[in-house]
Amino acid sequence: MAEDGFMKVSRRGVLAGGVASAAVGQASILRAQDSSTGGAAKQAKVPVRLTVNGTPQELELDSRTTLLDTLREHLKLTGSKKGCDHGQCGACTVMVNGTRINSCLSLAVQHQGDEITTIEGLGSPEDLHPMQAAFVEHDGYQCGYCTPGQICSAVAVLEEIRNGIPSHVTEDLTGRMRATEMEMRERMSGNICRCGAYSNIAEAMAQVAKG
Amino acid sequence: MEFNAPAGENLFDRAKIVGKSTPRIDGPLKVSGRAPYAAERHDVAANQAYGWIVGAGIAKGRIRAMDLDEARRAPGVIAIVAATEHEPVASSDFNYAPLFGGREVSHYHQAIAVVVAETFEQARAAAGLIRTSYTNGEGTFDLKKAAPGAPLASDRPSDSAKIGDFDAAFAAAPVKVDERYTTPDEAHAMMEPFATIAAWDGPKLTVWTSNQMIEWSRQALASILKMDADNIRVDSPYIGGGFGGKLFVRSDAVMAALGAKAAKRPVKIAMQRPLMFNNATHRHATMQRLRIGAERDGRIVAIGHENWSGNITGEAGENATLQTPKLYSGANRLIANHIAQLDLPEGNAMRAPGELPGHLALEVAMDELAEKLGMDPVELRIVNDTQGMVPGEPDTKLSDRNLTRCLREGADMFGWSKREARPGRSRKGRWLTGMGVAAGYRAAPTMKSGARVRMTDRGQLVVETDMTDIGTGTYTILAQTAAETMGLPLDAVRVELGDSSFPVSAGSGGQWGAASSTAGVYAACVALRRMIGEKLGFDADAATFDGGRATLGVESWSIRDAGALTAEDSMTFGEFKKDYDVGTYAGHFAEVKVDAYTGETYITRMLAVCDAGRILNPLSARSQVIGGMVMAAGAALTEDLHVDKRFGFFANHDLAGYEVPVHADIPHQECVFLDTLDPVSTPLKAKGVGELGICGPGAAVANAIYNATGIRVRDYPLTLDKYLDRLPAIA
Ligand code: FES
Ligand code: FES
Repeated sequence: MAEDGFMKVSRRGVLAGGVASAAVGQASILRAQDSSTGGAAKQAKVPVRLTVNGTPQELELDSRTTLLDTLREHLKLTGSKKGCDHGQCGACTVMVNGTRINSCLSLAVQHQGDEITTIEGLGSPEDLHPMQAAFVEHDGYQCGYCTPGQICSAVAVLEEIRNGIPSHVTEDLTGRMRATEMEMRERMSGNICRCGAYSNIAEAMAQVAKG
Repeated sequence: MEFNAPAGENLFDRAKIVGKSTPRIDGPLKVSGRAPYAAERHDVAANQAYGWIVGAGIAKGRIRAMDLDEARRAPGVIAIVAATEHEPVASSDFNYAPLFGGREVSHYHQAIAVVVAETFEQARAAAGLIRTSYTNGEGTFDLKKAAPGAPLASDRPSDSAKIGDFDAAFAAAPVKVDERYTTPDEAHAMMEPFATIAAWDGPKLTVWTSNQMIEWSRQALASILKMDADNIRVDSPYIGGGFGGKLFVRSDAVMAALGAKAAKRPVKIAMQRPLMFNNATHRHATMQRLRIGAERDGRIVAIGHENWSGNITGEAGENATLQTPKLYSGANRLIANHIAQLDLPEGNAMRAPGELPGHLALEVAMDELAEKLGMDPVELRIVNDTQGMVPGEPDTKLSDRNLTRCLREGADMFGWSKREARPGRSRKGRWLTGMGVAAGYRAAPTMKSGARVRMTDRGQLVVETDMTDIGTGTYTILAQTAAETMGLPLDAVRVELGDSSFPVSAGSGGQWGAASSTAGVYAACVALRRMIGEKLGFDADAATFDGGRATLGVESWSIRDAGALTAEDSMTFGEFKKDYDVGTYAGHFAEVKVDAYTGETYITRMLAVCDAGRILNPLSARSQVIGGMVMAAGAALTEDLHVDKRFGFFANHDLAGYEVPVHADIPHQECVFLDTLDPVSTPLKAKGVGELGICGPGAAVANAIYNATGIRVRDYPLTLDKYLDRLPAIA
């Protein structure tokens, strides 16, 4: 995955990306029709193997199935949310081989052999990941629908900062990167929270970043 | 139980659980992805098929033909319900434009078909094969053109009021403001789409859906589908945001029900995001005129607020004048709320309907008046606080109003005294900086609310009510209320919500939910206490419940000894409340920096000081207020549904084109609650805060931008294209 590409996506950048992704969606629908034989003919399925939260999975999928729908509809891991299906909201954020992506923008067939980590893989109600616990403590949510995506992004953002990957607001590209408030807010900006929990999410992240 | 007199000293005044910051009891489920939202309930019905809604491609007119053959032959398709082959559904008290309307199209993206297929991908692909031809009708889409001839919305005082002689007093006032403001159409843009799984069992229909008002929706579905409401169950335990957009049943539920009937299988629909903005409701655009006349000492002598908005119904609309009769004094007053008929998608309530755009205009006009007077804008508001009465309503009492405290204490906390009063004079490097203030008012209504409480023989308590938690923290405040009333620890209480088989509650809307539903749970718990008392032989009303025991004088009983018991009651609110104006109040402060070169605006600080009675859970109440502040920031700076006036639809109908605030836009936010109690509101002396948080911060941001730049933009949102060419010279 082009991890830098995802990280650098700004709010305005998403606009262009969103339009492009919509166009791709259309094209793939049309292609699917061209190749269909009409009637209720059975569509060819593609075998997909991936590992989700440590468990190997073998699936037979319609090639149009996104990674997000694979998780939600086929594996019934509904923690990853569908807010837009267009790469515009971040609710579907998961980790692929350690890098966060919008799983709605990615087809399952692109992920042969990949390691996927979803919110369910980070922790359970009885055994929360520190970031999950910090969200509860700081009330970093309201309705909870954007929350799994926020938490997956938050965990990945701190990792990106630890790894020295720069962002749009990084002031010193050669020095040691720090998890400043602006650095975190910039990197989290692909995850929309319409309930407006941003200020509390920032506090939850700062607490985890401090360790 | 009826709440028929102001609350006296009661158990909540000695509360150990209510009023304490409490992490949400549903939190661990939400943060671990285990809370099931509507479209995720694989377990509730086997063999779910997927539905895809097709929206109309015109705003008004008639469907000539729909070619469905190719779609019907497409792989995996089970059924198609199309407008050309199916009767329109009936209307309901809760929507105007039909949610599935036959050949007649009344707004863009109105549902005209649902395709049901084995998989999501198949349903989507087949829907793309439907060819629809239309005969275009004529529509009215331009509020500016329609407004001049628009009539008053009604002759109710909230739409039309004259007190004293406004015209003469305004004309004679030595200092005055007369300005016009516009606010755009806005989208709720809640993160969870409209979503429903519908399943039939003979004549019985169950919808697992995402909805704020369970009973309204059950009744609406009964009307729309011409069914007996008793045959409908609505279940909505987790709701991914609503903000008013999910007050009503929408076409996801209706089309899932019709699709499931046709497919003879349960059908799941999550409305595609790009359909939501035109298919469902939105906040109406407004045009407003504010005229305020004052004496030189700042006392308002004349205040006039006129408003114009439009709706497909030709009724209701967005009454932006709502707060104006309540916020400021002034002997001569004018309120006029006009409504035009438009053929845009149906408008309806969005968080603080009326007050959000109303504050954006009124509170900027107050800023403009303060400048003309050469007066501090905080002082101007305090001078005009209504002094213990509601202007023009001599018989109405105020229940508890502390607006002046909100403003004074807020100004202190925010460092208001450091504000440079002369606009455009505060510059730090490339940044022009400024501060702004606004007052906030939002009514605190209460509605009848019921609940059932079950005590198990192991001393656990289960609360059941059709009340909803739309992110507001309902699960937790109801558990706190039940635990407090029964004298049990919080973790002995489980709360079940959102199921129409539970007692009918107030539901979530209009910031009435928290106050009403906690009162309803209190009523049910009092009934349970009385049952326990009868069973064990003591006067429950005189006893104290604490630590799992009831104590009266020297005697004490373990409440578990009463065995398993179930009590049900509701709280109704008595006539006495009509004598009072029960409101919530806020002082909102914002600081911004504007890039002197590019005009980009960043909010650097925000503070809300809120007066809303007892705060049931300060942790989640803060979240509601800061969430409102975020949405207000969006209204001030970015949010704008652009109307295509030729074809009559909102052009930017997705989350890329409709710009809501993101992390980078929002700084640390402060929210302070005054330690007030409102005995007129409920036995808990509590009021809602969910809408108070959005009433005012947008104007505070706008006023801060003016303070920073010296440029007043009166057409929201304040995007930089509206002032870039007027920024002060850089050098
Ligand atoms: S659902 Fe993937 S970004 Fe919105
Ligand atoms: S918690 Fe509701 S959208 Fe973020």
